[in-house]
Amino acid sequence: MARRDARRETGGDGERGDADLRLPGLARASRGAARRRAPDRYGYQAQRSYSIAAAPEDDRLELTVERIGDGEVSPYLVEDMLPGDALELRGPIGLWFTWDAAADGGPLLLLAGGSGVVPLRAMLRHRAAADPRVSARLLLSARSADDVIYAGELDSADGFERFTTYTRTTPPGWTGYSRRVDRAMLADVAFAPDEQPRIFVCGPTGFVETASTALVDLGHPSTRVKTERFGPTG
Amino acid sequence: MSIVNRGFGRRRAVDPELAGRIPPGQHLVPDFPVLTVGPTPRSELGDWSFAIQGEIDVPRTLNWGEFQALPSETFMTDIHCVTSWSKLDTQWQGVSLDTLLEGVETEATHVMAFSDGGYETNLALEDIGKAWLAYGVGGEPLEPEHGAPVRLLVPHLYFWKSAKWVRGLRLMNGDEPGFWERNGYHLRGDPWQEERYWGD
Repeated sequence: MARRDARRETGGDGERGDADLRLPGLARASRGAARRRAPDRYGYQAQRSYSIAAAPEDDRLELTVERIGDGEVSPYLVEDMLPGDALELRGPIGLWFTWDAAADGGPLLLLAGGSGVVPLRAMLRHRAAADPRVSARLLLSARSADDVIYAGELDSADGFERFTTYTRTTPPGWTGYSRRVDRAMLADVAFAPDEQPRIFVCGPTGFVETASTALVDLGHPSTRVKTERFGPTG
Repeated sequence: MSIVNRGFGRRRAVDPELAGRIPPGQHLVPDFPVLTVGPTPRSELGDWSFAIQGEIDVPRTLNWGEFQALPSETFMTDIHCVTSWSKLDTQWQGVSLDTLLEGVETEATHVMAFSDGGYETNLALEDIGKAWLAYGVGGEPLEPEHGAPVRLLVPHLYFWKSAKWVRGLRLMNGDEPGFWERNGYHLRGDPWQEERYWGD
């Protein structure tokens, strides 16, 4: 995808930033829309939607922003913005890609491609706070160990099963998956269809297409597979 | 609000000749992003049909052959997604809804377009007059993830109105929200008015 490649070309670390805004009461739901406004003499403003990374139980709203090389808004958020700067924030919007422990139940199957882990991380935090008895599995696809967002938090979290596949380079001694997600991998990882898991798939289009099609082929009803795909929204 | 973000400004040069075609808050993209709420439905053309139902004296159903027999057009248009990307001069092949609905007598004011996979989106009858059932883009058949075999194309509204995998229209005596319209998005979605979300 153009978006991912663009990011690669710019290279370097520190490509992600957390726009971490104190906005009590705004955390429930899937996305917030952040709007950046340039001084009026430029007469220009831009608005982008970002998945909310925090759970409803968290006391702070967190947006995780991946810097896109040729983007307009994400480089500003990651590189130029300073603590204390104000942002115009709108939301939450989009009431679809959400999971409510009490209303929806489990088991919970989460499939993340790259920074698609962000809204799924919110669901895992919600599960831990609201009902840790819900069975949950996370399959995370990343290019390499360095590309895993929330690696430390995920490593230290327990109570759910975590699977990882590295699609480009693997750490020394790695014995886990080292390929793009496919049907055989999902047959191993996913709950069986008769367990009626709630399934959330978030990532780049290719990842989501492959994963969601394979899940339907494996017998999961498409109504139980919710997806969110990246577009190059910069 | 009166927030101004220090140092933020346009980073992408915009061709002044194109600027007037880009609605507020949108930016151009070279590729064709995919945004869908669930798995991509795949249907066999032999099983495909298109229904016109609801507030209509005689409901109609067209099969694939009957749909293909309707006069089609090739046309260029700009498309605008609520997630802020726009794409100019996209070329489509399809059947206009005026052609499809020719001879239909109805007192309906709105329609609900519905799709494989359960997606639906609402449109006013006057907006339907500027819409197509598209089966090709750029001279090629639609790809499954872009709505094959047929998607709605309503280019003057945000692209969530252009329902993929569309299978019919339900004529209604009044407006009702569709899928995204129930989930936070604007009932009509005019990009030139920035009708993105509830309350816009």
